[in-house]
Amino acid sequence: MIAEIGLAALWLAAALAVLQMVSGGFALRTSDGEAMNPLAIYARPAAVVQAVLAVLAFAMLLWAFAVTDLSLKLVASNSHSMKPMIYKITGTWGNHEGSMLLWVGVLALSGGLLAAFERRLPERTMGATLAVQGFVALGFYAFLLLSSNPFERLPIPATEGVGLNPLLQDIGLAIHPPTLYAGYVGLSVAFSLAMGALLTREVNPAFARVMRPWVLGAWVLLTFGITAGSYWAYYELGWGGWWFWDPVENASLMPWLAATALMHSVAVLAARDALRTWTIMLGVLAFSMSMLGTFLVRSGVLTSVHAFAVDPERGAFILGLLGLYIGGAFTIFALRAGAVSEGTRFSFSSREGALVFNNVMLSAILAIVLLGTLYPLVTEAFDVRVSVGPPYFNPAAAIFAVPMFMVMAVGPLLRWKEDKPARIQFEMLLIAAVLVAVIALVSFFGQFPLLPLLGLGLAAALAVAAMLPLRGRKLTRVPVATWGMVLAHFGVAVSLFGMACEGAFTQERLAAVAPGGTEQVGDFAVTLQSVSPVAGPNWTAIEARIAVSRNGAEPVILNPQARSFWSPSQATSESALLTRWDGQMYVVIGNQAEDGRWQLRVWWKPFVTFIWYGGLLIALGGVLAIAGRVRVDVKRRAAVKLGAARRADLDALNPASVPAE
Amino acid sequence: MKAKHQRLILVIAALLAIIGAGLIAAWTLRNQANYFYLPEQMAAAPPSVGQAVRLGGMVRNGSIKTEADGVTVNFMVTGNTDDAIPVRYTGILPDLFIEGSGVVAEGSLGPNGVFMATNLLAKHDENYVPRELEGMGTDQAAKMAADTTIGLQ
Repeated sequence: MIAEIGLAALWLAAALAVLQMVSGGFALRTSDGEAMNPLAIYARPAAVVQAVLAVLAFAMLLWAFAVTDLSLKLVASNSHSMKPMIYKITGTWGNHEGSMLLWVGVLALSGGLLAAFERRLPERTMGATLAVQGFVALGFYAFLLLSSNPFERLPIPATEGVGLNPLLQDIGLAIHPPTLYAGYVGLSVAFSLAMGALLTREVNPAFARVMRPWVLGAWVLLTFGITAGSYWAYYELGWGGWWFWDPVENASLMPWLAATALMHSVAVLAARDALRTWTIMLGVLAFSMSMLGTFLVRSGVLTSVHAFAVDPERGAFILGLLGLYIGGAFTIFALRAGAVSEGTRFSFSSREGALVFNNVMLSAILAIVLLGTLYPLVTEAFDVRVSVGPPYFNPAAAIFAVPMFMVMAVGPLLRWKEDKPARIQFEMLLIAAVLVAVIALVSFFGQFPLLPLLGLGLAAALAVAAMLPLRGRKLTRVPVATWGMVLAHFGVAVSLFGMACEGAFTQERLAAVAPGGTEQVGDFAVTLQSVSPVAGPNWTAIEARIAVSRNGAEPVILNPQARSFWSPSQATSESALLTRWDGQMYVVIGNQAEDGRWQLRVWWKPFVTFIWYGGLLIALGGVLAIAGRVRVDVKRRAAVKLGAARRADLDALNPASVPAE
Repeated sequence: MKAKHQRLILVIAALLAIIGAGLIAAWTLRNQANYFYLPEQMAAAPPSVGQAVRLGGMVRNGSIKTEADGVTVNFMVTGNTDDAIPVRYTGILPDLFIEGSGVVAEGSLGPNGVFMATNLLAKHDENYVPRELEGMGTDQAAKMAADTTIGLQ
């Protein structure tokens, strides 16, 4: 019954998406000054009800997973009655159909929120926006209902489920995919708004102010999702790395790069009425990248181009949707971009100029990542198998990232419209001095690879530069949104510092150790005390008891495990972490050698945690920026209301008064 | 400067940067893309010393030797000819790394003709097959590599 309610809700939501699309389309037929087309009034309610239905459908699937309803094919093939409750629930989106339903649920929800609460836009633009949003949603409803129905019943209920991939049985799955999806889908609203504005020729600062919170929100969620995903991969995979340039990771990085560019460009549009076409193009690009990410992750094309052919229906369906939306959007863009009138001009040495430069650099990095991700797929189609990894991505991305960071340091110090670089020569000299001094100091103490060395220098310079916009200002009077920018830019410096330290100073020790033996890693003495078997709810493991002592201090016990899950049967390595303020100890246990010794792999990674602290700071900066904008908006609305009330009062007091000359 | 000119300059600058990125990508990809070799291919036309490549094949029976430090292993990877490439790897072995199983080694050829592996990909579970050995199609090399994964089942 539960599943049937969910399926019915999904079909109804799809029908409402059609209504939303058609009704929104009628809004376009209203010409200026005319009353609203009578058929256009259904778009908003349709979006709201559709959101309720899609969320209901997702809730039904959650329920089916929570009670492990084994008559559902999806539950039977992805869950297990003996799994802990939390993983039963998170397992809802740990599979293809469930995660697509989550995608669509968030899509409908954000469309509903937009329809319910956004009153600043002209109704025509709103109608066009909702029509586009409905069109996007419809494609994904069709995908779910026609080729990956999450509510499919089994003819005979299974007696037991197959289980969830053990790597996914982690709290990381509870956080990482939902935030990332919400971020992807938040960009769909930005996309719909951009299309709506383009179709109705309303690309102006008012539109940018409507779009900005959606872009900022999506960007915050993406930032947080990527940070969480990076930490999850770091401790779960047991390889000691925090970023692998894996295609799935790149699939989330590409929308983030585009969203970062979009967020800055929409800020310019809102504040200065410049970069109109550019903003629209980035809006299209950002959502295209989310769609591409979904396609890469969901079509099976990543495991192999040939695996894509194993399930041609799904892959072709998403590819078709991708082509339709991206192709359609760029066609509309090409046809209408010329009609968008030119915004305000600015000189190259201005804050806009710096933002444009970094927008271009971000796009170039995006191109690098995109080409590197797609290249193996293209060559595989010609039966040449290659893999592209850090030796490509790191230097190629750095070529654009380094100038970007340098411009990012000085950009916020420049004035809008036009500025003389000479005005900020003290700040520029300070930043350059910090950069050179740190690089010189670090290279004095040892030989390090170029990129981490540059990273350390840039991190220090950026940390100083991030604080400079506050110089000479009264700190209590700095707007909240400015604090957001300072914090986010400082977060970049913190994150970069963590990455560079990890790259330059990591110490690694790999050894076969007999119980009782001790290995030295940096300041730490690592003693293997014992190895014993342990069992969990759905796994067995061997667990090592390892005493770690820093400079002879009181030892701390770590327990890395090598786990064997039985449903599905798979072995994973559970790393053990010891976190200190200045870094992390990372211990993995391997196999037993024939002579009874155990393989231990131990890393001391100085300041590695700063990578994720930085990510969190960046996300927090985004939250502050939203909070600041909302506060200003609320204040403005209150002031307008107050003003109107006062005027009404005055009019009531002297009804016959002549207007002041 | 006229508004139109500014827009034009912006577009040209953006295009130049993107094309630059494309060229850099193409150039680096040619140099850094990690090509996949079968043992007989590596014997016939070895990659240059130090170039990052992948070597895929089968671990020859009786060839796994662990060194005294307990973490370095040497073994031979064979294909469907008699060519065998010696591989040296220091690290924790994948769980199902056994003699006669398929393996993909990431690394580079050393000056002494030994393949220095930095990472080994082997079967994680009954469903997982290293990407390079999966569904390789019809040509002969591909068939051979697929054979090496049959040993995994």
